Amino acid sequence: MPPPSQTEVFDEADLVERAKNGETEAFTELVNRYERKIYRLAKHITQNDEDAEDVLQEAFLKAYSHLADFQGQSKFYTWIVRIAVNESLMKLRKRKSDRTVSMDENIDTGEETVVREIAVWEENPEHQYSQEELRRILEHAVDSLKPAFRTVFLLRDVEELSTEETAEAMNISVPAVKSRLLRARLQLREKLTRQFRRKGDDVFAYL
Amino acid sequence: MLTCKEFLNELNGYLDQTVDKELRENLERHVTECPNCFVIVDTTKKTLQVYKGLEPQVIPPEVHNRLMVALHKKMAAEAARKRSG
Ligand SMILES: [Zn+2]
Repeated sequence: MPPPSQTEVFDEADLVERAKNGETEAFTELVNRYERKIYRLAKHITQNDEDAEDVLQEAFLKAYSHLADFQGQSKFYTWIVRIAVNESLMKLRKRKSDRTVSMDENIDTGEETVVREIAVWEENPEHQYSQEELRRILEHAVDSLKPAFRTVFLLRDVEELSTEETAEAMNISVPAVKSRLLRARLQLREKLTRQFRRKGDDVFAYL
Repeated sequence: MLTCKEFLNELNGYLDQTVDKELRENLERHVTECPNCFVIVDTTKKTLQVYKGLEPQVIPPEVHNRLMVALHKKMAAEAARKRSG
């Protein structure tokens, strides 16, 4: 067994610098560090395993070829996310030509922010399910959002990019990010409430 | 007093604590006086919590392996390109 990789103690900027200087191991370490997140992101946006794998490869290969162009003003992680989001959206557009894929600003007008389900949740609902069940519930809820909404939610609340970084990655305005995030959060809250509401409050159930 | 609709429009600023002091106090007052918005705030916070706690699943080994193969090919090709000038 080889000893644990020493590169883990290096921070991102060090790894990028070393990768730029031709150290392929440093770039491989960056890939190892972020591949799970990038794959998850691509899978949720494209909702297709094959596309997600293509995105994963294209994103890291592109990043490798264009490493010299990477300025280091933003984080490498934000940069790779941006590439992956672009690739994912292209895949999505190729597969579906319907309006639901639209990333343009028109999606932000109309459609009120409606709140229908108001119910208290069980205490720590996440403890009532196995990890697998919980994962299935949460992923299913995200996947049922429109692409424009779920992408914003994933970038802001799961990958924890800033509003500005999200706007940049999706090539939309900051106000668009804000309004989509609000609706994404409220829609998810609504979906999860159906799952996690406190039993005994069923007098409020309408389904 | 803010209406519920006005409150909801500022919900993200309230949750992410990006609103100024005056608005924040107005929003806080609304939450203490409006049981519905209190529940919405609470369950939206919990929604964000459960998602933040969700670790990415392990990538399938074959997906990881194919990525590594593609990457090594790319690295070899770039190295050859640099050597040849
Ligand atoms: Zn209210």
